[in-house]
Amino acid sequence: MADDMTQSKANIPDRLRKIRPVIIALWLSLLFLPFAGIKASVILFIVLGTGTVLMKAIRMALSKSNALDSAASLSCRIGTLPCSRTLRRVVFLFLIPFLFIAPFISSNYFIDVAVLSGIYIILALGLNVVVGFAGLLNLGFVAFYAIGAYSYALLNTMFGLGFWSALPVSVGLTTLSGFLLAIPALRLRGDYLAIVTLGFGEIVRLVLNNWDSVTKGPNGISGIEPPSILNVSLCNLSYYYYFVLVAVMFSVFITNRVYASGIGRAWVAIREDETASSAIGINTTMYKLYAFAFGAFWAGFAGAVFAGKMQFVSPESFTFIESVLILSMVILGGLGSIPGIILGAAILVLLPEVLREVQLYRMLALGCGLVALMIFRPQGLFGGKNVSFRS
Amino acid sequence: MFLQQVVNGLTLGSVYALIALGYTMVYGILELINFAHGEIYMVGAYLGIIFLGIFTAAGLTSYSLSLTLVLTFLLSVIFCSAYGFTIEKIAYKPLRNAPRLSPLISAIGVSIFLQNYVMLTQGATDKVFPQLFPLSAFEVFSIRITYMQLFILITSGVVMLLLRFFVRKTKMGKAIQAVAQDKTMASLVGINIDTIISVTFIIGSGLAAVAGLMVAMYYGLVNYSIGYIAGIKAFTAAVLGGIGSIRGAMFGGMLLGLVESLGASYISGEYKDAFAFILLIIILLIKPGGLFGKSV
Repeated sequence: MADDMTQSKANIPDRLRKIRPVIIALWLSLLFLPFAGIKASVILFIVLGTGTVLMKAIRMALSKSNALDSAASLSCRIGTLPCSRTLRRVVFLFLIPFLFIAPFISSNYFIDVAVLSGIYIILALGLNVVVGFAGLLNLGFVAFYAIGAYSYALLNTMFGLGFWSALPVSVGLTTLSGFLLAIPALRLRGDYLAIVTLGFGEIVRLVLNNWDSVTKGPNGISGIEPPSILNVSLCNLSYYYYFVLVAVMFSVFITNRVYASGIGRAWVAIREDETASSAIGINTTMYKLYAFAFGAFWAGFAGAVFAGKMQFVSPESFTFIESVLILSMVILGGLGSIPGIILGAAILVLLPEVLREVQLYRMLALGCGLVALMIFRPQGLFGGKNVSFRS
Repeated sequence: MFLQQVVNGLTLGSVYALIALGYTMVYGILELINFAHGEIYMVGAYLGIIFLGIFTAAGLTSYSLSLTLVLTFLLSVIFCSAYGFTIEKIAYKPLRNAPRLSPLISAIGVSIFLQNYVMLTQGATDKVFPQLFPLSAFEVFSIRITYMQLFILITSGVVMLLLRFFVRKTKMGKAIQAVAQDKTMASLVGINIDTIISVTFIIGSGLAAVAGLMVAMYYGLVNYSIGYIAGIKAFTAAVLGGIGSIRGAMFGGMLLGLVESLGASYISGEYKDAFAFILLIIILLIKPGGLFGKSV
């Protein structure tokens, strides 16, 4: 009798499970109904329904033929491929010369996009120091970028300083602001730190937006001089491309060296286990401070390069979404992996350019992509080696 | 002037408190900053406009205003709860045992998605919320209180009392408290953790919907980007009161509303939004546990 009861109880979910994809599709399209209207919801229902049914069928077929295992092992192999030395050498061998001759063989538009991705690579490398190496989530990274860009812009337009004399000042200022934020903020852990950095980012943006007498408010600062080398102004796009290329190589080299040094080791130790690393004599607060300041250093550098390229800065370029975008680059590439981050930054800058027709859906896709990435491949494209994020 | 700003601040603060409750309950149970919560509030405001438009087109508004109002609130709350429930199932549940950064980033992803989804379907410009309440006001001790403000204060008060009753007295509410204290232990005594988490998201989202609707009625304008700032402010309120504490969220919301309203009128209106962030940073630095410590 009791057996019968459990049997019949178990049967109902069983029957439900068969039509589960349909129920899910129906549920989701119902949620979309008030916003998207009836027509779009019906289309969504059909698309989702067939999609989930197809997915299920494919999964069933795969599990029958045991193909799932081989697919999994294949994806594993793809995951480890880029780590192999020979492949990296081959890539370098082809990529570096290509990058140097790129301006001669491609359009101005491409170079423009390449310059932009270069700036983002520097930013992502900087954020990677904080998030990937030291394991501190910084959601207000764009604030340092803004400080770098604005300090160069102001030094140039108000005091007439050239790029090379203004650069140390603006980078120094940014690093200092990183220090100043970190000193109080590092007492907090994990997500609290994330929120404080986010608040800092918002405060900086609000100040830039409202301090009209200095920052000119929402109108921004225009007429910034581009940098010049040996009295040659880099207003030509391909000159600037080479300048950014060298800057990127410089930052890759330096971050790589720092990562391999004692400081880098200490960061990784803190990321993996803070208590244990302080027990073996690492001054955790000090090293976290270094990470914050070092990350801010690159953001300031990238900011100055950005201001020199655009010859114009406004608060619009430094919103929260920009912080998220840089964080997405780091996560997509793989926390802590320098080649991964270069790839991640390049992908996230290039993709919207390639998909210009569907540009409206760009952010929608970014949102979905972040969720999917976290669920299916949280270690990113290249990561996974020794990275276990804790906060 | 001062008392006037206090009333304005309390009105605003009760809305912050409603949103903060969602943050605090989710954090109490999952230790997750639900970044998408502010967007739920925004979705609630939009749903109000959409349903009100449908009812007006159907002629219900001219028939009975109060019935329309009740139905709009009810439908928005139901839909928002469904959103909260679904978001948890899709974006957070698979990451329950993942490192803590993962669900946070997933939440940011959901937030970006919802913002742009509303922007694409409803347009990027401000939407006007129809005026339902008379703009008139009454005066007590020379303080001007509009009927809308009174409505907001009473509604949020009632909702908060109901929530307090639910958490303290009902079986489900006690189960929520148990899960917040110790998940493993709670599941050992037969509490279904998944159900409790779902219920938490449903209640939190419902509260956010009420807040969204009331703010839309108060200001009369809704934009797809209101969720982000409101979310951060409500989070500040939750931290202010001590995240995880329901009483703290209510108190923190009120306090934040007061600080903002007084700060905007006495210090600087331009930096109105910055007060919340500065307050947040100061509190985290001085008393990270918040005013009421931790306990749901």
